This record gives sequence, structure tokens and C-alpha cells, in this order.
Amino acid sequence: MVGKKLKIGWFSFTCSEDSTMVFIELMNEHLDEWRRLIEFRHARVLKKDNHLNDIDVAFVEGAITNEKDADMLRQIRQNSRKLIAIGSCAVSGMPAAQRNSFDPEMNGEIQFLIKRFKQSDKVRAIKEVVKVDGDVPGCPMEEAVFLSTLHDCMKEFGVVDA
Amino acid sequence: MHRDEGDVGPDGHIHMDGITKIEGHGSIDIRIRDRRVKYVKLSITESKRFYTQALIGKPALSLPLMTSRVCGTCSIAHLTCCAAAVESAVGYRPSDQTRLLRELSLYGMMIRDHAMHLYLFCLPDIFGKDSVLDFDDSQNEIIKKAFEVKGAGNNLSKVVGGRAIHETYAEVGKFSHVPERDAVRKLIGELKGARQHALEFVDIFYNSTFRLERDTDFVSLLTSDYSFMGGSIVDSKGASIPEERYWDYVDKVVIPYSEATGYRFEGREFMVGALARMNLNRDKICSSTMADVQGYMSAFPSKNIFHNNLAQAIEVVHCIDRSIELLESNEFREESNEPVVIKPGEGVGMLEAPRGTLYYMLSINKQRRIEYGRIIVPTQQNQITMEKAIGQLVEQNVDLPKDRMVFEIEKLVRAYDPCMSCASHFLKVRWS
Repeated sequence: MVGKKLKIGWFSFTCSEDSTMVFIELMNEHLDEWRRLIEFRHARVLKKDNHLNDIDVAFVEGAITNEKDADMLRQIRQNSRKLIAIGSCAVSGMPAAQRNSFDPEMNGEIQFLIKRFKQSDKVRAIKEVVKVDGDVPGCPMEEAVFLSTLHDCMKEFGVVDA
Repeated sequence: MHRDEGDVGPDGHIHMDGITKIEGHGSIDIRIRDRRVKYVKLSITESKRFYTQALIGKPALSLPLMTSRVCGTCSIAHLTCCAAAVESAVGYRPSDQTRLLRELSLYGMMIRDHAMHLYLFCLPDIFGKDSVLDFDDSQNEIIKKAFEVKGAGNNLSKVVGGRAIHETYAEVGKFSHVPERDAVRKLIGELKGARQHALEFVDIFYNSTFRLERDTDFVSLLTSDYSFMGGSIVDSKGASIPEERYWDYVDKVVIPYSEATGYRFEGREFMVGALARMNLNRDKICSSTMADVQGYMSAFPSKNIFHNNLAQAIEVVHCIDRSIELLESNEFREESNEPVVIKPGEGVGMLEAPRGTLYYMLSINKQRRIEYGRIIVPTQQNQITMEKAIGQLVEQNVDLPKDRMVFEIEKLVRAYDPCMSCASHFLKVRWS
């Protein structure tokens, strides 16, 4: 187990990226530990040299608004042993999915933009596109729940004992 | 395998999909012919979430909590600006303590947000690394200092606003909770500890040789104490206008390939943000900060876009100093505020968010709900000048190897500190 690291990816789709901010703020206290125990395979907010393969746990923030993102999410799923939905938009779709409940008039007013940018008819939560193994809800994600989930993943993949 | 790299074609076409180490999602297309840039298309690819559509019909009092979700990193700016616009619409003046707490929560956000941008996104460029995760043992000390500064800002927001991201205590007209004495005492110690580190980063960014000079207009709020709130809008050409009239001075520019709308100020490209503030308002930096950064102030006024990083580094020290001053000289007490009575009206809220001027205009109807609203965020305002600056950089360095060119472009984009989440809300305009 010595030297073994949890291979993670941190991905963000349509949202305010508030959980990414919480993730970055958690580094204030946990950077040393995470550098020792985590291999960041893919984290666009932190690095340019990213790899979408051989990921133990993919943490996915944000809702899915178009087919391009849905395809990317499917690729993430295929290349990750476990996938955790992070934050309200990923878990339930909201508030990124607020246009799903627009009345017909409001919906009509935005249709030219939906078409121009090839957005899907409906905004979807992560679980509506791929199999999800766990959730960290909240807007932004609840820090303690994320840390506990991360620790559980480290145990599951043999990075820490307990 | 997926790698976020620039894809450079032999025909002088550069395509960069997924710019890294920025907030949100963006891409760039550049076409070069005969050593001249034919076009640059900076696309904000963050999907629209239609906030200005969704706010229609919402109760005015609850609106700030909703619009704070436009952006994670500058949510405090959105919440505060929206609350100010509601108060302006109904003619409510918040208490001195409420305004003081807002000022402190903005300082906390500035410290945390600037620190994230400078230390996590930009510092690796200076040290020739891809990421702070790659810094070796000899550089651990500087990373430790960076996270201490960032942590102090984070904790300031938590003590004042309840949370650093989507604060929970701030409301229209008041704060539901006041900072506790013990927490304030501990916080002052943290801020004092972070101050020296923040000054060391000023020195690092001052000594950075990154340079791109661009003639552009700079626009910011001119405030009496560099507090990011109040005052009037000024630009480097001499305009001075009250915030209620800002909308009359900007032109909306539809950028068909970008999910965000661009803006011009009096028909000109312009830049908002720390560099604009430092160029236009630097003599209002607090005296204790000025005493220690005097030697660096000769850099301003500056046309060098990379001095936006230096300006942010100086603002971090200013925010620490002002926060210490305010926390040491004020006692916070529970107060019974006059209730906010929602009634029909129109109001404007403006403040300086980390990346520049933020504008909210709200109209409230007889049902005490939002009739319509306008939001203009900093990255929308910077989008046109950022695109032109990328073209300028490419033309000035057209002989660079393409992978180096892609790196230089990303570095420049990072200097603007764009926030794609903010920029891709949908601006719905209803002319009255």
C-alpha cells in the first residue's frame, strides 16, 4: 500500500463551478495529504496535462445541457471505475436545469439560442445519462460529505487502511 | 486518452479547445494568413443557464440567493450586487453595520478569489510548471504560503457571511448573523500572518517579465477608499458617470460563436478588473498597504495586460489591511433593522467584483416580483478586448513554434482572469 495513490478525475459541466471552488478551498488544509495520496489524472482547473484513462474515481460537477457534453460524460464513465456526482446541478440538475420548467412563452423566447448552441431539449442530471455510484449533494457540495466520500474511496481502492 | 492541448494545423489554423486553469469553459480559433491574423474567435463555451430569463416573476426578496448561483467563485459579488439593486428599487438604505459587513465579505472574496487565480492558475507559468501539484520539495514553502493567504480570505468570508461560496448570512437589507468576537480575534491573527506572504507574492508578480501592452480603455468604479462599492463609474478617457446611467454608456455586441454577449463602452473596446482599478483608483489604496507597496506602484498606470496579476496581488494586501483595520476598530452587535418593504420600482446595483465591474438593474412590479432584469458581468465586458489582444499577441510572435504560441495565448487569457460561468448567463433585454 505504501506509495499507492487514488487516481482521480475532477470534471465540470454546466453549473456555477461552486463545488470546484470548495474543492480548491479544501486544498488549503489538505494539499500535503492529497499530493501524497492522490494522482490527479484529469483536473482541467488545475493542470493542462490531463489524461482521460485509468481513473479510479471520477468526480463530476454540473448538469448536462448538450449531446457533446453527454458524449464526454459517457467517455468519463467508460474510463473510470467509479463515478460520483458532485453538487446540486450534477445530482438533481438544478439550478442549471431551470429552463426545463419555463412556461411556453419563456421557452419560445430562448429557442433560437438553444438551436444556435445545439443545446438539448432538456437539461439532465448526471444519472440521467450514465450510471452514478454515489452523490455529494449541496449547492455547493457539503465539505464534510465530500471528505468522507473521498476517504471511503481511498479505503475501497486500498490507498489507506481506515 | 484525452489531452487538453492546442491543435495546430499546417495552414496557420490554431484551435484550442478547453483552455485550462481558468474558471469555466472556453475555446479559441485563430486563422493566420501571410503572417497576419485573419481572425480570432474566443468562444465562451459554458452553456447558457438563462438566469436573466429565470429571474422574471421571482419574489424580489429571494432573488439574491438565486443569482448568487450565477457563479461559484464570485457568488458574494452577485449576491451583494443583487441585494443592492433590490434596495435601490424600493428606496431602502441598509444600516452602517450591514454596509460594513458587505465590505468585509467583499474583501474576503477578493483575497480568496485573487489568491486562487494568482497562485493556482498563474504562478505555475512563472515557475515553468504545469500545475502547483508539480512543484518540488524546494518550492513547497511558497505553496504553503499561497494556501495560507487563500485560507485567510476563505475564513474571512466564513466568519462574516457564513460560507465562502454562496454565503448564508447576507440578505436584502441585513445580515442575519453578526461575526462572533472569538472568531474575529482568531481571524485577525490569521490575516496578520497572511500579510507578509501576500507581500512576497507582490514582489514575484512585479518581477515577472511577461508583457503585452495594449491600448484600450479602462473602466472601473472610482471609490473614496478602494472598497469596491459606491462611487461613480470612470474611464481612462475622462468619463465620469453615476451608476444608474451605466447602461446608457455600454453597447451590447452579439458574438454569434460565443455563448456570452460582449460589450463596448461608448463604442470602444475596454477592460475592467484589477488593472483598470489600479490605473484609475490607486491613490485610494489604504495607507498601511501603500507604505509597503510604494516601490511597486511605479508600474501604474500600465497598458501591460499582465500587470492585471500585479494589481490583483496588491489588492490582496489592501484587502487584508482594510479587513484588519475594520475588524479591530468595530464591535458587531445584533441590530433590529427596519424591514424592507417591497414595492414597485426600478433600481441599479453596481460593485467591483474580482474581475471587474458588475451591474444589476432590476424592475419590480406591483406583485412585488421581478418584472425584468439586466446583468452585466466583467468577463462579458472584457471579451472583445481579450479577443483583440490575442490577435495582437499572435501577430507580434508569429515566428514562435506553435506549441509555444498556444502556451503564450493561454498565459495571456489567464492574465485577464476570465470567468466563463458568469459570462454565460443569458442577458434578456426588454426596452422600456
